[in-house]
Amino acid sequence: MNRTNGADVKIMGLTKTYGQKAVLQDLDLDIAPGEFVAIVGRSGGGKSTLLRLIAGFEQPTDGGILVDEMPLKRRNKTTCTMFQNDRLLPWQRVLDNVGIGLQQKNWRQLAQQALEQVGLGDRAHEFPSVLSGGQKQRVALARALVRNPHLLMLDEPLGALDALTRIEMQRLIEQIWQKQQFSVFLITHDVEEAVALGDRVLLIEHGQIALDMPIPLPRPRQRKSQAFVTLSEDILERVMGDSSDVVNTASKESLETAHAC
Amino acid sequence: MQRGTKEAIGKFVPWILPIVLLILWQMLVKFGWLSTRVLPAPSDVVVAGIRLAQTGELSRNLMISTIRAIIGFSIGGVIGFALGLLNGVSRPAEKALDTSVQMIRNIPHLALIPLVILWFGIGEESKIFLVALGVFFPIYLNTFHGVRTVNPELIEMAKSYGLRGWNLFSKVIFPSALGSILVGVRYALGIMWLTLIVAETITLDSGIGYMAMNAREFMQTDVVVLSILMYAMLGKLADSITRTLEKKWLKWNPNYQSV
Ligand SMILES: Nc1ncnc2c1ncn2[C@@H]1O[C@H](COP(=O)(O)OP(=O)(O)OP(=O)(O)O)[C@@H](O)[C@H]1O
Ligand SMILES: [Mg+2]
Repeated sequence: MNRTNGADVKIMGLTKTYGQKAVLQDLDLDIAPGEFVAIVGRSGGGKSTLLRLIAGFEQPTDGGILVDEMPLKRRNKTTCTMFQNDRLLPWQRVLDNVGIGLQQKNWRQLAQQALEQVGLGDRAHEFPSVLSGGQKQRVALARALVRNPHLLMLDEPLGALDALTRIEMQRLIEQIWQKQQFSVFLITHDVEEAVALGDRVLLIEHGQIALDMPIPLPRPRQRKSQAFVTLSEDILERVMGDSSDVVNTASKESLETAHAC
Repeated sequence: MQRGTKEAIGKFVPWILPIVLLILWQMLVKFGWLSTRVLPAPSDVVVAGIRLAQTGELSRNLMISTIRAIIGFSIGGVIGFALGLLNGVSRPAEKALDTSVQMIRNIPHLALIPLVILWFGIGEESKIFLVALGVFFPIYLNTFHGVRTVNPELIEMAKSYGLRGWNLFSKVIFPSALGSILVGVRYALGIMWLTLIVAETITLDSGIGYMAMNAREFMQTDVVVLSILMYAMLGKLADSITRTLEKKWLKWNPNYQSV
């Protein structure tokens, strides 16, 4: 299979500041077409901010993003986002939720196919409130997939799921990705998840990419294999690396706020 | 079968207390412990009802009151809904209009009766105006609140999937606000009947309120009570209709599913 389905993303000198606070600083990143990039990093490090910029929800303060060699302007139809919470419309049935915003005449059929892809073909006519958390996330995944994305953005989509459901979902995402060959930008707080899925694992720290680690393991990845465990531990160590630093800055910040009061 | 009887009993339970009270009342009057000048016996009220129904007076007055209520409610409701939407969706509109609405809201609308009579006389317009004014505020406030409290995450999601304009409104904003709007409607219905009672008893010509005031002059307590019961019945009817609509329109919401 060729990789023409995947978007090619180039990020150059990306900077985003909120007020005085620089969340992303002069960040460079390339995502090759069809590549699966997993992002880890400490809370508040700017992962979601980067995702929101690439997805076009927010505008950069400085620098630029090219998607398929076109400068990104606001929303891009071939970029689909799956959020941490399912964000389903509770008043619409599952099928209508998946088909939201589709223009095609046969959208019902497309939505039904997408639902079958995530194993929920028989729940199309129910309201989201009767589904389990994992099922809702699968509907949200179907909603993103039905648009044939070239770039799938995932912001901790599995964070709220139990371990077993999470591994099932990871397999599902991997299978669909292998079939459709879109590019993936996955944020996760679970280093194992990053190593299990990513072609590369990136660590975002201080508004920049502090680590860019290729994962050369064959798929599907064996979580018990020595290589897998070593890689995971290395990355985890690197993420935790300057945890003493956190304590310091945290206490310094609280001191400063104490002064401000 | 067992489930059926259980259901029947469940439906009957809310009526036990009213029926007991009714029987007690009937006995109090019939044994002379309560003067018919204070309260007529329930049976007398029924008799009065039959009498007035036969002359056609009851249905005529009922009809007139209902029409007034519907017209006033429609006018006040539509304006309140439209303004609530407008101010909910657009910050500039809110800035320009909301303070004025809030100021007028603080005037009890029934206090305007003398002025309204001066403006419109004692004809239909004054009653409809008062009803519309009373209905306007709860619908406005709840529509506004409903639109304002739409989950911004859902709006962001919908926008990211290409919804905007009418689609965004009809698929996300309106359904989300509907629960709050219906609360406003139920509240407004209460105000609607209340306003009508007062307006009809003051500007005497027809309607249930007129029937009651007229009967008072002739000390017909049975007709007075009958009129009050008519109001209660109309109020209950209106409330049941909104409840049915709530169940139908909000069936996606587990809170509104019938048990
Ligand atoms: N709209 C905003 N206005 C002001 N500050 C913001 C805004 N959005 C994010 N921030 C700040 O930017 C920083 C990075 O936030 P971001 O959500 O990108 O973190 P994250 O890496 O996704 O964290 P987490 O793992 O907890 O989701 C935080 O300090 C946050 O307070
Ligand atoms: Mg985040």
